[in-house]
Amino acid sequence: MTFEWFYALPLRLRSFFRRKQVDQELNDELRDHLEQQIQQNLAAGMSPEEARYSALRALGGMTQIEQQCRDARGGNFLEDLVQDLRYGLRQLFRSPGFSVLAILCLTLGIGANAAVLSWIEGILFRPYPAVAHQERLLALAGTARGETGPTGLSWPDFLDLQRSCTLCDSFFVSKITGSTLNVGERAEVTTGSIVSANYFDAIGVHPILGRGFEPGEDVGSDSHPVAVISYQLWRNRFKGDPQIVGKMQRLNNIPHTIIGVAPEGFYGTFVGWAMHFWVPASMEETFESGGYKLEDRGARWIEAYVRLKPGVTRAQAQEEISATARRLENNYAATNRGRGITLWPLWQTPFNNAGTLLPTLEIMLAVGAFVLLIACANVGNLLLVRSFARRHEMTVRLAIGASRIRLLKQLLTEGLILSTLGAAGGLLVAYWCRHALVLLFPARSGVAMYLPGEIDWRVMSLSVAICLIATLIVGLVPAFQTRNLELAGALKAGSSGVVGARGRAWVRSGLVVFQVCLSFILLVGAALLLQSLQKIRTTSPGFSTTNVVETGVSLVSAGYDVPHAKIFQEELIARVRALPGVQSAAFARLSPLGYETYSSTPIAVDGYQPPPEEQPTVDYNQIGPDYFATLGIRLLSGREFTRADDENAQLVAIVNQTMLARYWRGQDPIDRRLQVKGRWARVIGVAADSKYESIRESPKPFFYVPLLQDFVRGPDLYIRTAQSLQSISAALLREVHALDANLALYEMITLQEQVDRSTSPQLVAVDLVSILGGLALLLAAVGLYGVMSYAVAQSIRELGLRMALGATAADLFRRVISRGLRLTAVGVLCGATAGLALTRLFGKLLYNVSPNDPLAFASAVAVMTITSVAACLLPAWRATRTDPARVLRD
Amino acid sequence: MSKPSDLVQGTLDMLILKILALEPLNGWAVSQRLKQMSSDVLGVSDGSLYPALHKLEHRRWITAHWKPSGNNRRAKFYSLTRLGRKQLEKESADWNRLSAAISGIVKLKEA
Repeated sequence: MTFEWFYALPLRLRSFFRRKQVDQELNDELRDHLEQQIQQNLAAGMSPEEARYSALRALGGMTQIEQQCRDARGGNFLEDLVQDLRYGLRQLFRSPGFSVLAILCLTLGIGANAAVLSWIEGILFRPYPAVAHQERLLALAGTARGETGPTGLSWPDFLDLQRSCTLCDSFFVSKITGSTLNVGERAEVTTGSIVSANYFDAIGVHPILGRGFEPGEDVGSDSHPVAVISYQLWRNRFKGDPQIVGKMQRLNNIPHTIIGVAPEGFYGTFVGWAMHFWVPASMEETFESGGYKLEDRGARWIEAYVRLKPGVTRAQAQEEISATARRLENNYAATNRGRGITLWPLWQTPFNNAGTLLPTLEIMLAVGAFVLLIACANVGNLLLVRSFARRHEMTVRLAIGASRIRLLKQLLTEGLILSTLGAAGGLLVAYWCRHALVLLFPARSGVAMYLPGEIDWRVMSLSVAICLIATLIVGLVPAFQTRNLELAGALKAGSSGVVGARGRAWVRSGLVVFQVCLSFILLVGAALLLQSLQKIRTTSPGFSTTNVVETGVSLVSAGYDVPHAKIFQEELIARVRALPGVQSAAFARLSPLGYETYSSTPIAVDGYQPPPEEQPTVDYNQIGPDYFATLGIRLLSGREFTRADDENAQLVAIVNQTMLARYWRGQDPIDRRLQVKGRWARVIGVAADSKYESIRESPKPFFYVPLLQDFVRGPDLYIRTAQSLQSISAALLREVHALDANLALYEMITLQEQVDRSTSPQLVAVDLVSILGGLALLLAAVGLYGVMSYAVAQSIRELGLRMALGATAADLFRRVISRGLRLTAVGVLCGATAGLALTRLFGKLLYNVSPNDPLAFASAVAVMTITSVAACLLPAWRATRTDPARVLRD
Repeated sequence: MSKPSDLVQGTLDMLILKILALEPLNGWAVSQRLKQMSSDVLGVSDGSLYPALHKLEHRRWITAHWKPSGNNRRAKFYSLTRLGRKQLEKESADWNRLSAAISGIVKLKEA
């Protein structure tokens, strides 16, 4: 059968598209037959007229034969489709209110999914559109035994990997950095990358002007001040200067030669921020704090990627790289003991925003599916109502000989029209929302994040698939109803058949229960995330978040050398402490909960024997005097660093509680020895634990060393004061300018702001789930409203009768509301049961909240109930307005 | 309407295929041949011939070409395809089996 159909396809297509010609040919053929018959008749001696009539009689009527021939060509599928499409479109225009509502529901459902898919594509799977062969790209990060999180890599380790890997095409480094860029009048913070010299070749991006880096430009210390700039930077800040190559630009106060301009549409290789300049790794000291690190195997600061050779799997490459890591462990035990190297797929990249957004986007997939199902249920409900109105039409069509298959085709075609329009709208919504994710993140330092969605053929085809699924759901619901159309009965009456109506009511109520169930689960999810966010925000980070502000002075970019920087810091801190309203002030290399990673060092402790195969490594921070007082971190014993703990004094350190517990087993560590970077320091104090990199981290060992004994030129400055941000900022700027008029302040923020920024991924998750949860709730409310209005309209006679028999308006009102609430209750019950299992999916996003938290479930019940009552109010009010006299008369 | 009343459905197809197996013909000629060969017993009307031809064409058992015929007209000539030849063989075999069986039964009754 299908075989035959396939053979006939060219002829079918021909009779469809060349209809006129085919008809003409048929006509010619028959006419030819007629002529010959006439000739024969004439030859047989008939008169011309008789010959003609006889021939026509024998043939039996041209038009009938033509029609029969057309029929013989088979029921034309294409003709049917066009007919169905025409008919379906007419139906849409006949009831525009219905159509708009249905298409809107599908637009929201499909749009939400397409938007989420475009984010997943643009942020997780194809984050770097301009980069060649992203599918073979993997992220590279270090691991340390005894630590859970990934670490960076050291430059010497990276070079060894590059030399020894046979399964990889290329290794390259791309470490995010920033610089204040002064072009003309404007100064702006700009993001850029420190990269290995092979960067542009490895990713297959070729500068449109000038060149990329040459081999050897990543060797040496501050030896190759060259930079490639982004297309946008070139266009916006250098006005597209065609002579840009060879010009000088100060980056962190070192003049760099601009050697190239990257092509349009290339934003670097970091999820979350657009990169605007690239400098070779040899310029590391200029852009990174912590000194010269290209020869330091213990300094794990770089973020790297690897491109596998075609056909190589991640597992194979991982095996080879692990072997290399083991070799490095043996050869360089002091720095590499217990260190491994892991490959990550791009969507799990641990060092950019892919990793932080992954759990949120995973959840969004499920949430999107829920919204789509709810939207489909709504449209299904609408179609059911209409299929009731069209029952007569369907019956008549069946009666005059349409097959049920033909009817089903018609209904599916109508569903297809709706979902196609919905999908078109949905893709439009997704197109508008593709860059919207970034709006949910608060801007930092005036630089907006860059999180583009990508609508490519994969997103498109998935959306089409979603659209087809929606078509099936939406088209089959009313088709299900035509199944039990009873010809005779329906033709006779034309009004409501009781049994049919009850079946339909059951389906419609079922759909509403389904919607309530799904939106209830989303509400629980939103409530859980909200609670979790609250917990995160109210968790004490271990330092004061109020009355402490954070800023910094860019001494490195201003060209200060170490002795001058020391003098400057000395003078500035004295001036700040003297400012009215300032309680204390201190310097520290890194701020808690920032993006930059702390220095870490292998340590040794007198009397502590580490397990074999493990090199204890602990993060530390370089801090100035008064740090603990300023940040409000409790000192449990001993003393703070003072001005006297300088480069000439004995090396000292302050450890935290967890470190005390792990390496001194709780015994007093004061005056005991701790080896840091191979030199012994004396422990002089114990500080309370606080949060260092993330609010969600569990307590970890940490220690502090005096800034003057491990000096950096660009530390952050902390000020404890009750003054407003504006006034302290102005006062500080005056003091800084009194010392050096050319210096600029970093952005000044409160520590609360710092905490809020570090928890923004949680905020984004809450926002997204709340937005879509709200959407789902709205759709479910519309569904409930529809069902209740319809029920009231249908049972108007019963209501009138009840009123006539003495029921008051309040009775009827209660009756309708309670019926709506019954549906809601069933839905909530289903939702709660399913929710108990499903909310586990939120696990990764939750902090100190159980996925089955009763408060979240209770608040979801409350919101759902209130919404249901609101949705039933209007139908219930209408029920009370029933006029018994009129109803009974009708 | 003009369906051959006593012609088993499908038999007409076989007859047309058989006629066209001999030589390519136009519709008119097929109808003449049908009349001659079956001595008008089958009573195939011209009206039912054309739908049958078109159906066979759509099944790719026969194919059509336009050729000039006399009097400045063109006529549609049908010829058998490879697929049609197979079909004809199959149907002839079926027919032979069926008619053998039926005549066997008929003879059985007489005996």
